[in-house]
Amino acid sequence: MKLELQGITKVFGSLVANDHIDLVVEPGEIHALLGENGAGKSTLMNVLYGLYDPDDGQILLDGSPATFKGPGDAVSAGIGMVHQHFMLVPVFTVAESVALGYEPTGAGGVLRLEEARRRVREISDRFGFQVDPDARIEDLPVGVQQRVEIIKALSRDAQVLILDEPTAVLTPQETDELIRIMRELKESGTSIVFITHKLREVRAIADRITVIRRGTVVGEASPTSTETELASLMVGRSVSLTVDKEPAQPGEATFEVENLSVVAPNGTVLVDDISFDVRAGEILCVAGVQGNGQTELAEVILGIEEPDSGSVRLDGEDLLGKGVKERLRSGIGFVPEDRSTDGVVSSFSIAENLVLDLYDTQPFARGVSMSPAKVTANAEQRTEEFDVRYTSVHDPISTLSGGNAQKVVLAREMSRPLRLLVASQPTRGLDVGSIEFVHRRVVAERDRGTPVIIVSTELDEVLGLADRIAVMYRGRIVGIVDAKGEDGAPVNRDVLGLMMAGVPLEDAQRQAAEHHSVLGAADLGDDGPRPAAEGETRHTSAEGETRHTSAPASTEERP
Amino acid sequence: MSDQTPGHTPERPDAGEEQSVAATPPGETGGPTVREQERPGVLQQILGGSALMSVLAVVLALFIGGLLIAFADEDTREAATYFFARPLDTISAGWTAMAEAYVAMFRGSVFDWQAATFAGAVKPLTESMVFAIPLILAGLGIAVGFRAGLFNIGAQGQIIVGAIVAAWLGFAFDLPPVIHLLVAILGGAIGGAVWGGIPGVLKARFGANEVIVTIMLNYIAVYLISYILKQPGFNPGRTGQRSPAVSPDATYPLLVPQWLWPDNGFRLHWGFVVAILATVFVWWLMERSTVGFQIRAVGANPAAARTAGMSVGRITVITMVVAGALAGLAATGQVLGTERSLTAGVAASFGFDAITVALLGRSRPWGTFFAGLLFGALKAGGFLMQSLTSTPIDIVLVVQSLIVLFIAAPPLVRTVFRLPDPDRRRRRKAGPGTTPQEATA
Ligand SMILES: Nc1ncnc2c1ncn2[C@@H]1O[C@H](COP(=O)(O)OP(=O)(O)OP(=O)(O)O)[C@@H](O)[C@H]1O
Ligand SMILES: [Mg+2]
Repeated sequence: MKLELQGITKVFGSLVANDHIDLVVEPGEIHALLGENGAGKSTLMNVLYGLYDPDDGQILLDGSPATFKGPGDAVSAGIGMVHQHFMLVPVFTVAESVALGYEPTGAGGVLRLEEARRRVREISDRFGFQVDPDARIEDLPVGVQQRVEIIKALSRDAQVLILDEPTAVLTPQETDELIRIMRELKESGTSIVFITHKLREVRAIADRITVIRRGTVVGEASPTSTETELASLMVGRSVSLTVDKEPAQPGEATFEVENLSVVAPNGTVLVDDISFDVRAGEILCVAGVQGNGQTELAEVILGIEEPDSGSVRLDGEDLLGKGVKERLRSGIGFVPEDRSTDGVVSSFSIAENLVLDLYDTQPFARGVSMSPAKVTANAEQRTEEFDVRYTSVHDPISTLSGGNAQKVVLAREMSRPLRLLVASQPTRGLDVGSIEFVHRRVVAERDRGTPVIIVSTELDEVLGLADRIAVMYRGRIVGIVDAKGEDGAPVNRDVLGLMMAGVPLEDAQRQAAEHHSVLGAADLGDDGPRPAAEGETRHTSAEGETRHTSAPASTEERP
Repeated sequence: MSDQTPGHTPERPDAGEEQSVAATPPGETGGPTVREQERPGVLQQILGGSALMSVLAVVLALFIGGLLIAFADEDTREAATYFFARPLDTISAGWTAMAEAYVAMFRGSVFDWQAATFAGAVKPLTESMVFAIPLILAGLGIAVGFRAGLFNIGAQGQIIVGAIVAAWLGFAFDLPPVIHLLVAILGGAIGGAVWGGIPGVLKARFGANEVIVTIMLNYIAVYLISYILKQPGFNPGRTGQRSPAVSPDATYPLLVPQWLWPDNGFRLHWGFVVAILATVFVWWLMERSTVGFQIRAVGANPAAARTAGMSVGRITVITMVVAGALAGLAATGQVLGTERSLTAGVAASFGFDAITVALLGRSRPWGTFFAGLLFGALKAGGFLMQSLTSTPIDIVLVVQSLIVLFIAAPPLVRTVFRLPDPDRRRRRKAGPGTTPQEATA
């Protein structure tokens, strides 16, 4: 199906989120949408999916105009969408989720689950999704949940599939898998609109690229353009894709973790006897595949999670036994991994979210009475500083684009005097320009002498930011390596990749030297068969932990 | 199965979404669905509605109530037997019945133009305000709980315990005038606060479900009051129904004193001023105080509140104590103002009506205030309607229930009035029905 958007315009109050946007998606094409945070990509897709009524413009399907009163119309016209923040009912099974909303009912209105189950199996087999129709959603890793969303769309015969930042929440391996699936879908004639901030993915898979800036189309780019070219087209200025930083000048080890263990109520060991320290003026990156204990480690440091044994000390002071509030007030900055769950209250205004932790301190409150003027003034200053694009600071934060909401969290946590900064996935969902800015802020914080812990699953980010790298696997620290060796060369990506799969440092170094060519072939840009990834099976245990049998670093290899 | 013919009526995903929100709210707000998500539940959805939706719900409920009045009317039913011969007879009979009932209700609750004196003419309005006092105060308590995400069903029990304490302080002690009243009011508030605090502590410490605990505490309170009314000090007439009268020093003075307006016959007392002050206080508490900030944050997203250093348990206890204290104040309106002694039926159904009041007021302080007034008017008007027309007072209950129904089902009301779905615009990231909370300030 050929899809054309003509002159689509969408206005929110005084903000023109889409300004006469034209877009053509040919049948069987993967069309990437690039643009900075708040450019209007999600808005445009929501118009296409019938969630918003456009204020102007029209949608043409195979040349004939279509109007969508709601997603129902869009779905029956053959359009499917996986949202930036997708939603599934956690207690449903895969088959139930797929049946939900289209409900193949039999006699007497009984939900024909068998039918849905068969359909899931059929689609899953056809595209190699490896999804069990009877698995419960909450037990599945995010990557698989996302595939369920795709199955849901395909089961309703989607001919155009919209994927809004699907890879933001995926591990590199899951991204690999998704890219493979997208290729299969393309082969079978489905067109895909693909939104992402990761330029490498765009270059690897897109047939055409449209760049949007501040609500208007600023041009098309060829998939053969370099990342730097794409980045500057997106942001409208030249962007540095690498982190510029001086060598660290680390001081004393002011933050120490010793023999820390966290055991889940069901007996699973989430964090397994780990010890490390971070020196003042140093960035320690905790790398690893999602779900290997990093979340729990960060939560123990903040105090949301109770450790079962071990100690955590900041400036010689024991943190355990202190409340979350006390720790935050004593100068811990904490960026949670999951912004919308732990980072913001979505019905609160931008201004209120910016004082979520300091709401009862001077100057925002006197005694128990808050001063709204001060809260507003603070918001205006912070949003200016972090370049948050908004209409009014009194709007609910839910009106912000994904990346801008993340900037609000960063602005809150990084604009007070800190003694320790713990940031998980700090740049998730940010555009290249904002990533550059945030990385500069993190380095500046380090240079001020603050110990910094960055938890990230992005190898690029880890390699760019880290002074030292701790790799976690199944709750243990596999090894801690310096980001730059004695000769000044950065640590080998393959070594990190192997360590993330649980291979100890020395073995990893040896293996990486031997097998470098093999790993190099499992590269994103490679169209050939990739036995390693194809044969890779995912075992999902009840704890939701994902195990990977192949080297996880493959997508991180630059083409 | 995959081809979607119109006859197949596939659920529009957005409609399905609304349903699933009601069942197990999945929370579109949720970002990466890694762990627990923020789930805007039924509660958030109901409270997120606009004032317009509340008004429309009332209009619709009154209209359907009117239909029921018409159908229940003897004349209408008689005319209906020959409906096909002369349909207009049925319609006009129905219309007359409905109009008479609602006119009577208006005369009983707002202004009675047939009264002999002017005081008599405006008395109905003051009666509505009298009934509104406990509804507003207890409704505010429920509303505060809703904002924290707590279903406090226990206003009934909190009112009863507050009433016991206030009445006892009122008749068993002898204190100087103003002080005696203040002590009794304070006692009532504390009594309610304790009764509300128990489920708060149980939830915070042991995770006990506040709905179940408050319902159980309601039962305990009911048996407690009937036990207490049998005790010697509380039981002068040996009926077990009524305590000694509260000392005049401890009663709310009349709002319109006799010396100012002789023979006005109004029962309206200073409890109404307490209700206004409480409304202002709750507004300040929720919108301008650090406590309210925490209550709202915990109610909207406990996980984020915890990450920001707030103690969810502490806020739960504080909220329930505040809610209980407000219900206790509602009790003082009855025992120190309207009835002036403790009776077995002191709480009537105020504790449950208050839930409807808070829902109708969307848990906003002034919304609750006006919803309380409306319900007070329904109560006051219902009596006159019953005595002047053949319409049973139960119709008021039906109207109240319909209001709850319509408030709980915004899509229904939107369909009836052909309103656009406001969530469609905001749905992208906002959970259905999350509104700018500040807008109400
Ligand atoms: N419901 C809404 N009400 C008001 N403003 C909105 C609403 N939805 C989006 N916006 C605004 O429209 C602009 C475009 O938002 P959109 O979500 O489309 O950006 P985006 O390109 O998807 O960004 P990101 O990469 O950060 O996800 C933003 O400035 C956002 O604040
Ligand atoms: Mg977006």
